Formats: sequence, structure tokens, C-alpha cells
Amino acid sequence: MNIWKRKDLIGLDELSAEEIQFLLDTATAFKGVGERSLKKVPALRGKTLVNFFVEPSTRTRTSFEIAAMRLSADVVNISATASSLQKGETLKDTALNLQALHADIIVLRHSSAGSPRFLADRLNASIINGGDGAHEHPTQGLLDIFTMREKHGRIAGLHVAIVGDILFSRVARSNIHGLLKLGARVTLVGPTTLVPRGFEKLGVRVVHRLDDVLEEADVINLLRIQHERQRKEYFPGLGEYISLFGLTKARAARLKPGCLVMHPGPINRGVEIDSDVADGDRSVILQQVTNGIAVRMAVLYLCAGGAGLPT
Amino acid sequence: MKSIRITNGRIIDPASNRDESADLWIVDGKIAADPGGPADETIDAAGLVVAPGLIDIHVHLREPGQSHKETIGTGTRAAAAGGFTTVVAMPNTTPAADSAATITWIQERAKAQAIVNVFCTGAITKGLQGEELAPYGSLVAAGVVALTDDGRCVQNHEVMRRAVEYARMFEMPVMDHCQDYSLVGNGVMHEGEWSLRLGLPGWPRMGEEMIVARNIMIAELCNSPIHCQHVSSGGSVRLIREARSRGIPISGEVCPHHVALTDASLATFDTNFKMNPPLRAPEDVEAILEGIADGTLNILCSDHAPHAAYEKEVEFDQAPFGITGIETEFSTFCDLLVHKRKLIPLERLIALYTSEPARLLKLDRGTLATGAPADVTLIDPGLEWTFDKNESLSLSHNTPFHGHTWTGRAVRTIVGGKTVWAL
Repeated sequence: MNIWKRKDLIGLDELSAEEIQFLLDTATAFKGVGERSLKKVPALRGKTLVNFFVEPSTRTRTSFEIAAMRLSADVVNISATASSLQKGETLKDTALNLQALHADIIVLRHSSAGSPRFLADRLNASIINGGDGAHEHPTQGLLDIFTMREKHGRIAGLHVAIVGDILFSRVARSNIHGLLKLGARVTLVGPTTLVPRGFEKLGVRVVHRLDDVLEEADVINLLRIQHERQRKEYFPGLGEYISLFGLTKARAARLKPGCLVMHPGPINRGVEIDSDVADGDRSVILQQVTNGIAVRMAVLYLCAGGAGLPT
Repeated sequence: MKSIRITNGRIIDPASNRDESADLWIVDGKIAADPGGPADETIDAAGLVVAPGLIDIHVHLREPGQSHKETIGTGTRAAAAGGFTTVVAMPNTTPAADSAATITWIQERAKAQAIVNVFCTGAITKGLQGEELAPYGSLVAAGVVALTDDGRCVQNHEVMRRAVEYARMFEMPVMDHCQDYSLVGNGVMHEGEWSLRLGLPGWPRMGEEMIVARNIMIAELCNSPIHCQHVSSGGSVRLIREARSRGIPISGEVCPHHVALTDASLATFDTNFKMNPPLRAPEDVEAILEGIADGTLNILCSDHAPHAAYEKEVEFDQAPFGITGIETEFSTFCDLLVHKRKLIPLERLIALYTSEPARLLKLDRGTLATGAPADVTLIDPGLEWTFDKNESLSLSHNTPFHGHTWTGRAVRTIVGGKTVWAL
């Protein structure tokens, strides 16, 4: 039964556990499409998707583009530099123009938290959040959870450690909301400045020593450290960060069997993750990328009003 | 000679400690004793409270320079509709009100367009830049009633200390928008559970408290009054309480949104809930309410900050801070403080809007004493009504209170003996 009634996907915070499960199940059905030699279904034939990326992205935009193509939708890509936002047009006006061009789905990536909600409240088109500021990145959260479920066979009861810059991370927030709703235990790990205690109010555990979680986690999800974008007062430097929070070979050796090493990319080899660990047996980083297509197909398909799963 | 008799009402005049059922006479625009004989005009105030005209000491009228947001004409009409007979205009206009010329321009404009009394504040520093003192001597001569850089905060403590010290020569209170820029950074909402959840940059309480503490020290050092504008943090209340208990000339004001709403309202990223300082947590609301009840915070005001719809209808972090409020503030406070929470009686609510602000800024208003200007507000404390922003008289409609229902409302506003608004 289709329990999905939403036109938009803004974040996992507002979804129920049932809705998330349903998205994941739909993604499972779509995953097979990418493994066929003819990687295309007609589910969204005649629909127009606009990838509206006000903040730069390669991975997410390409993933949405491939997902839309596999559903037979027509795809247009717009970047900030190519849009009239550069000429002072407001986000609202740009989006109204996209709607006037009969876009059915708009995937928005924007540096301002809340921008997808802003458009969803004003447009008839489906708005898919492709990452908004530090708020949410729901399709990344879903593909992370999808990958965990695929490998572990379940989410309930899993212990997931999310490591790094939580404060500024939309990926972390979407993971937290989705995982908690599905019954996982979540531990946030990072420096006190980037993982403030207030996060405990969301229902997670906060620790400041990576060594404390290595032996108990079923998943280690490492976030990119964006030192270049961060103000220097958050931590002294990459060297100290690596010594405290980097998943080095020595630390990776202490992980329990079956523990997955994940990363939303792009990875900083030798910073949050040792280069060999990134390429090692536990790493599912590239499988996350592959799964991203199936998850995004499911999201586009459900929000754009698709009926019936592919057989 | 024109005489008006307001009859059958309950007169509440905190300035003269008066609370009785009696007639109030107005003769030639002044409060008068019963002149004998019939009145030219009789206003029946049965069931109503006859109060001194309400005073709002924190209003952005936006002129000169920002008349697409509000004008002195529209802003004072909105004020009248809220029961206000006197407003104090903030200086963050374009240009800033940092010279006698601009003050005079505002006064001329008010004379031509305003329907309530408009008093001006002058800037603390030139261009509100926080660096060089504005010319207080000529500002005072032009008629300002206080000094403030509202919208901005003087960061340099030495500059602020000298400003307050110099203002003492003119017996001018200094009012401060308390915000430490280094701590607040690019914060757009209260730093707490909701800012973490929404991923919006946090504006920590400490960013206000640090400057409140600074102001207490400067007020003590200079022995000259500093008024902390729109107090939002529970910590600020505690600091002000302690300082006042030691006799330091420090005071604080409260805006209705800071007690009627919390940061959880931001969940939908509606920019009509974005103001500076931001909506805070329930524990701050409780601390502020306690501060109002025990007299620590003795002024209520709106921080009426109109912005055009197109300016507010943008990404949350890019939208300007500020909401309208002058038409709704009295009802919001009356409903919450007097009716729902029963923290203060109606007489005290009226004092917080009349005698207290008049005393702080030494205005010849806020009283129904014989001979005072006949600024009178008739209040129906039991009237229930629902606010529709489309009926607002303000040029801008950036309110978080659309659709709210309250009990208690001003129903008639009389300025200098003339009814300027009636429900």
C-alpha cells in the first residue's frame, strides 16, 4: 500500500518511521533497475526535473540526474552562477520562473537552512531538498540508512557512531533523525566545539573520545572536516584533529567485526579517514554512492506521484 | 473653550495613585477639574478603563529614508490603533538620527503627518558606527529624549563609557541594544535545542548578558542611567535585578514576543518570527515574567520594526530582523500578564506603559493629573478579539501574531483632547 502522501521531501525530522521504511523499501525495488543492462523505466516519462543547485555540488547533482534519467524524466541543471540569482533575482522569483516553465520537480541545494521549506510552501512543484545549510540532507541520510540496512539487515538496535563536525553538518542531522526513528542508537563523536552537549536533547549520546566507541559501534559514519570553511576557533588544526578523531589504521583495527565504515564524501584522505581504511574491506563508501541513485529514484518517484512499484 | 467629559469609566492613573470610578474632564486639550456646566462632548466609558495615553518608547517609524517599510503617518496610525498616544522613534533611519538637522526633519514631518506624539532619540555615535560620539549638546537642544544606537550596539567599552559619562552632563538616559558582536557572530536565532535541530546559526544568551553586565558596570561607574532595550535572556533579568537592588541606575524593557513566543516557533522557518534579539527558550520566558512581576523590568514596549513583504520573503538567514507589534502589544501583555498568568493587576500593566516610561525619559506624559496634556486611552480589559494582519494600519504586515486571539484591548485613543482612533 502506498502510504506516501507528500509532494515534497524537506527532511527526515518530519517523516514518520513508516514513511522512511516505505522510502527504503521503494528504493530496494528500484535498485535492481540500475543492475540491468537497460537501466531505464518509464515511471516519470514526460516529467521535468530541475536540478537547482545554488551551492555547488557534483556528487549529489549527478546522482539526482542519473536517478531522474533512469525514471525517464527530462532533466535541466541550473547552478547559481548560471542563474539570475547572480543578477539579484530573489530565490522566490527564480523558483516561480521555474514553475512557469512547468518544472514538475525541483531539487534544491542551497546554503541557507530552510530554503526548501520556503519553496515548498509557495510552489506547486515537488521540492526535494538536496541539502540546505546545516539543516538537512535527507537523501544522503536515506542512502546512508539504506546502506546500513542492506549490510546489517536491520536498523533497529544498531549502534551508529557519527564522527566529526556535527554542528555544521546537514548529513549528520538527517542521519540522526532517520536512525532514531527506526530504532538505532546514535552516538555523536567529535570535539566539544563541534558536538555541543545540546545535541543530547535530540535523543543521542555525545562523546568526545573516538576511542570510546570503536569497540561497540556497528557503523562508523565519518563526516568531512571542512577546516577551510570553518572559523579557526573551533579546533586548533588538522594535525590535532587527526590525532583525536581521525580513523587511523590503528583505530580501525579495533573496530568490531562487521562494523561498516561510511563517509558521505568527498573524503579527505589522511584527515578524517586513513587512506587505506577508506579503501579497505569495511569501507562501503562507494556502495553508498551507488545506493544513492536507488534512493533518489524512490524519492523522485514517490514525490512526483508515481503509482505502483516496478516489477 | 472646548470641554469633554468622559463618564461612567474607571479611572486608573498610576502616576497619581488613582483608581476610582469618576468623570474625567478635558478642557482645551488638557486634563481639567470639572468646569461646571454641560460638556461640549460626552464620551460614555461604561465598562471601560480610562487610562493615561499609553507610551511606547521603542518604535521604528522608518523615516527618513525607509518609507517603503513605514512612514511617520502610517506608523502613528498603527500606534493609535494599539492605544498609544506617544511613541519614541529609534534613530536607525537613513540617514541615522545623529544630528540636529535630522531630528528637526523628523519633528517637522511628525507635525505634518503624525496623529500621536512622536519623541525622538538621538544616536550615541555618529552614523551608529560605535566609534565617535554624536553631538549630544545639539541633539538635546533639538529635543531628543534619550540616546541610543538601537539596531546596533556600541562594542568598544571605552566609547560606551565616555558616551554615558558625557550624556550625564545633559541628564540624558542612554538606551542600549545589548549585543556582543563577537559572541553573536552570524547568529539568527536563539542558540539552543532548536538552532541545533534546524541548523541555523545560534545567537547565544551570553551575547546579550555580556553587554548587560557591561552596562551595569558603566552605569555604576558614571552614576548615570542606562536602559537595556528588549531584554530577551533570563540571565539579563538576574543581572539587572541584582544591580537594581544595589541602587545602580539600570533598567530593562520587555517586548511582547519575548514572552508570548519561544524559539520553537521557528520550526517552519517563517521569517515573521525572526527578530533581534531572538525568541528564546521557555526558561527565559519564565525569568522575564518573574522580572516583570517583581519590578526588575519596568517598561513594556513593542520594538515595532516594519519591513516590506518582499524584504522578509527570502531565505531565513538573509531576511532582515524585526517584526511589527504596536497594534498588538497591549493586548498580548494584557492577555498574558493580567488574565492568563495573573502576574500583575491591570493597574500595574498600565503603569508599565505610562508612568514608568514617562519617568525614565522625563516626559510630561503618562498621567491624568490636572493640567497634563489630555492623552487618554480607553481600555476594555475584557474584550476578546482576533488580530487580522490585513486590517493592520501599519504599512508592513510582518507580524507573527496573525490570527491570535487575546482578551483586553484599547478601544479609543485620545491625543491632546482629540480622538484619533476608536474601535
